[in-house]
Amino acid sequence: MGCAYTLSKKGVHVKVDELKTDVGLFKNLELSVGRIIEDKWTEPMGPTPFPEITTIRDWDMKLLQRYKPFYLPYCDVCCLCTFGKCDLTADKRGACGLNMADQQSRIVLLACCIGAATHIAHARHLVEHLIEKYGRNSPINIGGLNIDIEAPVTRLVCGVKPEKLKDLEEVLEYCEKQVTHLLSATHTGQEGSNFDFESKVLHAGMVDQVGMEVADIAQVSVLGFPKADPEAPLADLGFGIADVSKPTILVIGHNVPSSVGIIDYLTDKGLLGKVEVVGICCTAHDITRYSSMAKIVGPISWQLRYIRSGLADLIVVDEQCIRADTLAEAQKVKTPVIASSPKNCLGLENRTESSSEQSIADLVEGKVPGVLILDSDKVGEVAVETVMKIAPKRNKFKVIPKIEEIIEAAKECTECNECRRACPNDQSIPDAMKAAAKGDLNPLAEILDSCVGCARCDSACPNDYPLHSFIVKAGEEKLWNEKFKMRVGRGAIQDVEIRNVGQPIVFGEIPGVVAIVGCSNYPQGGKEVAEIAEEFAKRRFIIVTSGCAAMSMATVKDEEGKTLYEKYSGTFDAGGILNVGSCVSNSHIAGAAIKIANIFAKRKLRANYEEIADYIYNRIGAVGLAWGAYSQKAASIAAGFWRLGVPVIVGPHGSKYRRMLLGRKDKEEDWYAYDARTGDKVYVGPAPEHLFTAAETKEEAIVLIAKLCMRPNDTSKGRAIKLTHYIDLHKRLYGVMPNDIHLYVRNNADIPITMKDDILKILEEKGWKETRIPDPTLLPRLIRKTKGE
Amino acid sequence: MGLKEEPWQKAEIAGPKKALLILKPEVVATMVKRAKRPLMVVGHLAAEDYSEDAKMIDYAIRISNTAGIPVVATAHVVSEFIKRGFYSAAYMPAMDIGDRLADSEWKGLDGNGPYDLALFMGLPYYMEFVILSGLKHFSTNLKTISLDRFYNPHASWSFPNLSIKDWKDNLEIIVNKLGGN
Repeated sequence: MGCAYTLSKKGVHVKVDELKTDVGLFKNLELSVGRIIEDKWTEPMGPTPFPEITTIRDWDMKLLQRYKPFYLPYCDVCCLCTFGKCDLTADKRGACGLNMADQQSRIVLLACCIGAATHIAHARHLVEHLIEKYGRNSPINIGGLNIDIEAPVTRLVCGVKPEKLKDLEEVLEYCEKQVTHLLSATHTGQEGSNFDFESKVLHAGMVDQVGMEVADIAQVSVLGFPKADPEAPLADLGFGIADVSKPTILVIGHNVPSSVGIIDYLTDKGLLGKVEVVGICCTAHDITRYSSMAKIVGPISWQLRYIRSGLADLIVVDEQCIRADTLAEAQKVKTPVIASSPKNCLGLENRTESSSEQSIADLVEGKVPGVLILDSDKVGEVAVETVMKIAPKRNKFKVIPKIEEIIEAAKECTECNECRRACPNDQSIPDAMKAAAKGDLNPLAEILDSCVGCARCDSACPNDYPLHSFIVKAGEEKLWNEKFKMRVGRGAIQDVEIRNVGQPIVFGEIPGVVAIVGCSNYPQGGKEVAEIAEEFAKRRFIIVTSGCAAMSMATVKDEEGKTLYEKYSGTFDAGGILNVGSCVSNSHIAGAAIKIANIFAKRKLRANYEEIADYIYNRIGAVGLAWGAYSQKAASIAAGFWRLGVPVIVGPHGSKYRRMLLGRKDKEEDWYAYDARTGDKVYVGPAPEHLFTAAETKEEAIVLIAKLCMRPNDTSKGRAIKLTHYIDLHKRLYGVMPNDIHLYVRNNADIPITMKDDILKILEEKGWKETRIPDPTLLPRLIRKTKGE
Repeated sequence: MGLKEEPWQKAEIAGPKKALLILKPEVVATMVKRAKRPLMVVGHLAAEDYSEDAKMIDYAIRISNTAGIPVVATAHVVSEFIKRGFYSAAYMPAMDIGDRLADSEWKGLDGNGPYDLALFMGLPYYMEFVILSGLKHFSTNLKTISLDRFYNPHASWSFPNLSIKDWKDNLEIIVNKLGGN
């Protein structure tokens, strides 16, 4: 017998030239098996390991039948091919045959592919970098003895249990393949159904969660970040936190190795304390997880105000959410820039292989505005040596105008309204300029509170006034006094924390887990997220946060000068406010829900996606709020939660994501689930009512959060608690009782005692009838017994 | 003030099909009178925008009272209606009412059938922009009117960009033509 075979973790291929057996002679026999799993994990493999893009489609369709897309086209045409612009208005179809619903879902898929690819590429870079630095066999350790389930998302989706850094490579290969398939589906002449596009959106969200988890568990394992620590240290945050007498390096982005290179170089050279290292956006999260000497300026929307203020003597950018005009803005204040990511080269000369001395000299002498260095250690050396030399020369040069200059400019303002019409938040800049012309800068200063830092006002002004800088100057005094404390990202949730709260969450006695995450494209400024968080923390919900929202949450102090992080526990328990970390740490929020199903409810985890999602959807009162979501990454993060059955609310700007997933509580037939005990189909009410919606105001978001925490499995005690919060908030913020209480009361025991008389009256008016509390599931295969058995 | 028929937020371009300009407010009154099932959707800015003497919500109430048009208050603005002694406003999120209006089989707040005309006011400009777009594309028999001060191109008809004074004057004419004071 001639035989050749290849064997790897990815797959096995056996080729036999000739094989004699009892049943006959086989010639040129070839066998292929998809992959071999090196199995140290004793749990049997579940039904969907490494799912392909249609594997979980049935589950998606169950969700999409209940939460049908409501499309909000941002554009009436499609311009993606050389047929030219196709008018898709109403029931028209384009030259390729797609209609408007198809096109909107296609655009949503494109956005989610961009988001997922960004996290997965981030993870790929991190894993390769960390393997190079720390070795392929570095163990995955994100919580020591407190965490057995180190990678709940990866285990659930892929069916593998990563133990070492090298194990993450196979997981990333899977993610990369999926994103490639998904992206290909958006090509002209591919997918032709909006529901199938939507299913693929959910798939993109799922693999995005895997990619995020890989990125964070890799960096937590080897970079010394807090490991699932409820008492992670407090970091300084704010515009005024840096000691401006020192050379200051500003790091912006999401991918931390170049920032680590800076801290390591400072440490190695004994320069700690002589240079300030401050950050914006998620790199700031992760560098404060790495080093207590780093500080956080603030969220992504604060980039321009900080750069123009001239406080940074050198800027290091890595990847994601960095303003594309960073280099141009930095040049205005004579600040050199080091780009450190292949994804964001800024047109700069690649000095990775050049001598550090040459790069330092060129930057200090201003021969080049910046350099590209794709080596984190070299970034550290060049950044530190450059900033030490250039800081005295720069002398914090800034382009923020003087008050007199603003007043003079304001006198010339024609109030043409171009600035206001360019402003995402419709700020009354012309009125503020009118006041400024009379010497009153307060209206301009007030605009700063709700300014998202986009500077579209600058671009729009026909007089070329730097209006954003005017606003920053007007609010300068307040800005400089902004010094806050934020608990640095703790990473995952401990298994023991899950054991403690699993039952009260599933029974509804802890009324909900609210994940306040995302970017800073807020309608009314970042303080609203702090208000929302505190509202629910006081009500003994669990608040988890990450990214820019976690930073904004720190920017409110009480009368004693304490921020939320100083007032509330960082434990995953009722009334806790936990910062898990950067964008990629969002995976730990999904991981916590998954671990509740696995650890508390003993549901099998391994490659068992549908059952776990069904469990989360029907039992775990979790809601995501991305109040300032703007990015494609935020879209894919949300999609990952949708597929797990967790509803997500976005702020009003999130309506521009072009599609909501809305339930119809007025359609009773939409809200039936199986009772797993009997197989009966049982009305469970619209819980949760929506899977994705945009709230118009903070007040609406608060009421929605309380409502969307209800789940079919709530015990009567739990439902009564949840209803109490929903009704109380509705009455306080809307001035009336909710008009849908009858849909959430299943029996008399569900009715909050203190509201019993009012509610009974409503139930009577509505012709309410008692329903039973089932063991709810959308999956027929989970029915333990069918009728007649 | 920009050109009258430009979207207020300049880059929010719509088309080929764009809202017809309401140059004579009497036309709105006529359309309301002709509609069999009109509805008014009022967002939270109705109680916040403009000056104290020109609240949108007060016009909404006058139009509703005069023409008997049911009101859906979005976000938390129902509380402002109640404060003004207007108790008949229904309330639901803007996305929910948008979704229902896009459904030609929705029987309406009262169960008597789908609406044929929806008047919008008081939503954030960009949110109203996309909801009106959803209705333009996916509702079959619904016409929409934007009564905000700014041109919103995805409506069937919209006011142009107006000064506060002109906008108030227009709304006064509509109320009067509907038979109110």
